[in-house]
Amino acid sequence: MKSTHTQTATQEKQQPSPKIKSSPQSNQAKTRTLDRISKEYEAIIGIETHVQLSTLSKAFCPCPYIYGSQPNTSVCPICMGLPGALPVVNSKVVEFAVKLGLALNCKLSFYSKFDRKQYFYPDLPKGYQISQFDIPIATGGYLDVDLPVEFGGGHRRFGITRVHMEEDAGKLLHADDGEYSQEITFPIIYALQVDLNRAGVPLLEIVSEPDMRTGIEAAEYAAELQRLVRYLGVSNGNMQEGSLRCDVNVSIRPVGQSKFGTKVEIKNLNSFSSINRAIDFEIARQALLYSQGKADQIVQETRLWEEGSQKTVTMRKKEGLADYRYFPEPDLPEVILNKEYVDSIQSSLPELPEMKRRRYEEMGLSMQDVLFLANDINVARFFDATIEKGADVKLAANWIMGDIAAYMKNEKLTINEIKLSAAELAELIASIKGATISGKIGKEILFELMAKGGTVKGIIIEKDLVQIVDPSEIEKMVDKVLSENPKQLEQYRGGKTKLQGFFAGNENIERQGKSRAAEQDPFREIKCEKLNVLVRRNLVIMCHFISHRTIKSDFPGSTHLSSDICLLKGSRCCLCIIKSFALYSVYMSEAGF
Amino acid sequence: MLSTLHHPPRRLSRFFPANNKPRHFHTKPVLSSSQPVTDQSPSSTSPPESQILSIHHSLLSREVTATQLAETYLSRLKLAEPQLKSFIHVSNNVLKEAQSIDDKIKRNENVGPLAGVLVGVKDNICTVDMPSTAGSRVLENYRPPFDATAVKKVKEFDGIVVGKTNLDEFGMGSTTESSSFQVTANPWDISRVPGGSSGGSAAAVSARQCVVSLGSDTGGSVRQPASFCGVVGLKPTYGRVSRYGLIAYASSLDVIGCFGSSVADTGILLSAISGHDRLDATSSKQEVPDFTSQLISASLLESKPLKGLKVGVIRETLENRVDSGVKSTVLGAVSHLEELGCTLSEVSLPSFSLGLPAYYILASSESSSNLSRYDGVRYGNQAAAEDLNALYGDSRAKGFGSEVKMRILMGTYALSAGYYDAYYKRAQQVRTLIQKSFKTALDENDILISPAAPSAAYKIGEKKNDPLAMYSGDIMTVNVNLAGLPALVLPCGFVEGGPVGLPVGLQMIGAAFDEGKLLKVGHIFEQTLQGCRFVPPLIADGIPQ
Repeated sequence: MKSTHTQTATQEKQQPSPKIKSSPQSNQAKTRTLDRISKEYEAIIGIETHVQLSTLSKAFCPCPYIYGSQPNTSVCPICMGLPGALPVVNSKVVEFAVKLGLALNCKLSFYSKFDRKQYFYPDLPKGYQISQFDIPIATGGYLDVDLPVEFGGGHRRFGITRVHMEEDAGKLLHADDGEYSQEITFPIIYALQVDLNRAGVPLLEIVSEPDMRTGIEAAEYAAELQRLVRYLGVSNGNMQEGSLRCDVNVSIRPVGQSKFGTKVEIKNLNSFSSINRAIDFEIARQALLYSQGKADQIVQETRLWEEGSQKTVTMRKKEGLADYRYFPEPDLPEVILNKEYVDSIQSSLPELPEMKRRRYEEMGLSMQDVLFLANDINVARFFDATIEKGADVKLAANWIMGDIAAYMKNEKLTINEIKLSAAELAELIASIKGATISGKIGKEILFELMAKGGTVKGIIIEKDLVQIVDPSEIEKMVDKVLSENPKQLEQYRGGKTKLQGFFAGNENIERQGKSRAAEQDPFREIKCEKLNVLVRRNLVIMCHFISHRTIKSDFPGSTHLSSDICLLKGSRCCLCIIKSFALYSVYMSEAGF
Repeated sequence: MLSTLHHPPRRLSRFFPANNKPRHFHTKPVLSSSQPVTDQSPSSTSPPESQILSIHHSLLSREVTATQLAETYLSRLKLAEPQLKSFIHVSNNVLKEAQSIDDKIKRNENVGPLAGVLVGVKDNICTVDMPSTAGSRVLENYRPPFDATAVKKVKEFDGIVVGKTNLDEFGMGSTTESSSFQVTANPWDISRVPGGSSGGSAAAVSARQCVVSLGSDTGGSVRQPASFCGVVGLKPTYGRVSRYGLIAYASSLDVIGCFGSSVADTGILLSAISGHDRLDATSSKQEVPDFTSQLISASLLESKPLKGLKVGVIRETLENRVDSGVKSTVLGAVSHLEELGCTLSEVSLPSFSLGLPAYYILASSESSSNLSRYDGVRYGNQAAAEDLNALYGDSRAKGFGSEVKMRILMGTYALSAGYYDAYYKRAQQVRTLIQKSFKTALDENDILISPAAPSAAYKIGEKKNDPLAMYSGDIMTVNVNLAGLPALVLPCGFVEGGPVGLPVGLQMIGAAFDEGKLLKVGHIFEQTLQGCRFVPPLIADGIPQ
């Protein structure tokens, strides 16, 4: 199955929450006013999240669930709620619930049960939803979040009230256009059909404590939950497909007041940025009403986030009156866990995002790098595997966050879909470091690897990209060129650096037997760039075919072209072909080598 | 399991020394194509013989073909049906299926123990090729895409489903009068109810319209009609038989049960349908013993075949509100058990009277939930409405009968916020008490006995407008469902009424999963019972009545 693109609050945050947009003219002034008003109030935010579990079959029947399949093609008497059919718990659902409960640092209920939540709706085939009411499988945990650096950073811990198992409902479908519908309006109901593919798909509902205070905190909480379920492999966490659905409760109160304000629920939040923006909008809306003395107009209701107008609008009022008449599901036995089972799941838990971030931090990576790498489980795995193969931490991070991430974004691929393997990336980094190839060639090989696969060694041989690293070979070549062109060397030493190209392009310095017209020489550019010219005391030191770049501190006073770090450091710099030049020894001694 | 069935004696046998008269078993099956099937001579008061074993024997010895048997049963079924109305639907495939069994026998292939046995199936048990209405308009013409596990097993053992029997709508009732389609009559007196809710299944077996039948028992729906119709009815332990395919009334109480004209047949049918089913999470993994292996033939019985068996008579079941005729018949059964060697004692179940209200709260609560799915969106006639609530309300108002509506309302009320603790939760506590008191009583006794119902069959319409009177008739049976225990009801005598008297059933209650003991005791009781008429007049005196 095609895995989904990483989408995080961190990546979405680029547009810091736009406030209420009505007319462009008054927009800024209005935003400022609202910002000021908002500061006088404190928002209390809690989130209910539904995570669709990626079990092979539904919660209580053997049907598979494949998002986007033809309506009613993945149904059976059980999930259709046919008379006489009975549910049987898919043990994977319990396992996933225990996994998530443990990962959220919850206390597990060793004896829990299923209950029926009863209400009528056409997408609910049995007239009740199998859920958990008074004894959820997990309670009282927390989730640690690192806020993005651009938003001031910082670490937050949000409480988890409960995690419980339940089943999903079906979907309403317009008979004429096949579009899914959220609402029933008369007489349109007679044109509605029900698609029960999703009915009975297992969900975990995660209820947070009202610990969030801002839109970005809420969005980051949701993003962390998404990371967690993906790390655990219990869900694909995809918001567009509805595999991760967040309903947000927002109330505000004047700063300093202990009594909570009236809570408003917001639905239809299809991305982390919409969570962020919807909450900030709602806080501003409520704050405005408060400041105008119209606090009584904030009523307990469900509001819908409208992406188009960037507003929340009333969906239905009078919440809290529904009586779901919960009672224990008589068709299912109690869910009984034992210590061995829980322990075995505990010990099989993977490294979780929070642990990973702390580990990356200890490895010396910046918080920005840490957040990027740990954001996507697959990227993190790739990074970890690269490191495991001995690659340099910072270099591996740079390659992944730089060229690889850019390529993935352009090609709309995930890290698992590109052909490059972690082992080859490690090999590539080592080859550059070991001066087998230059950084520039390395980049070329990287794109080749990402697009077509193969091995670094294979591509080097196939394309004959190997760099001559035998100093005596190069010495001979350079000596030959220099001795054949004394005039140009003199001019070059005199400061005519343009001659760099002359030397670099010299057929004789090129790879033996590879005579090409200069314009067609695929190596020319690389050579020119790599032709490291050091001008010091009128001496020109031409580093030709330098596979690595020298660092200023290694060559004090030098004005070499690259400020990059010398991969080889210190004494191993002798690999530089610098030594093939007459003045090399003079320079080296002055430089303290 | 079933393959080890041994045949009952087919010769004259002598037993029960208290009575020197020898008792007769038929020496050979009397079924044949030329002769109307009368398993016992109409006026016979001899103990019933296993029809299933008899059929099996006749088929294998080529005395009769399954087709001949089926034709005989079908013709009798059709003859009796205008008066009895036991069946909502009669299968069109009976003769075809019988033919395929005959073909198998002709090819000397093995046939199952239920080969050629016509099985009636209560219409709240799903059958893939027939309507399964649960007696409700809401499911009129509904044909399930699957067989209930019990039906599947019957078919696997080569049983032939003859048709779907009438019942109170969704099993809610004690008379079969609340069926949306027809009122079934009692074969012993067609002006009387057959009991309910499995009234159709009981009447059909009683009138020999089929050999055995499946029913369901939520609060007595197998046992009370068995008593009213003078047949054997068995309510297995909760979890013994898969509920998959049983259209739910009250899931924590519902059990599929068996009817037969003898204890042996009931046991054979139970053996066929028992066992764990991965489709029913509440079905038990408890091993299924061979229920019939202990059914010793009467000739082999010792003088006190039940010597040492401790039988507790539940005191509360013989107190007031029990018809005197029923009481004296049951006391006669007590003496009979004593004669068989049992040690009888009185047992008190103090929480007994609480069972009835607790049962009606729990069953109504669960049914209000189970019946939510009949909302007009997928089943029944969808009412034209202007909003969603009206669509639901009107569709359900038109689809359900009054008894069902009453129970849905009661259940909805009991589960509502603010009432849950006072009703549902309290009823669950009572249930726990009842389970404990049964446990204690059954620790001290092998079985417990009581009447199956406080009265014999009453007149059609008699209690229709007095639901409480009807509900109170369930007093003998509901406690057993609350405790989840197995119970066997078998004829133990008659009281006056109807043309030839009305049968009275004795209820034997056993410990969980101890059906084997109930069947063994029941079999001995049945085979040694004196002067009990087992065939109703409808057949005995020749149809029509």
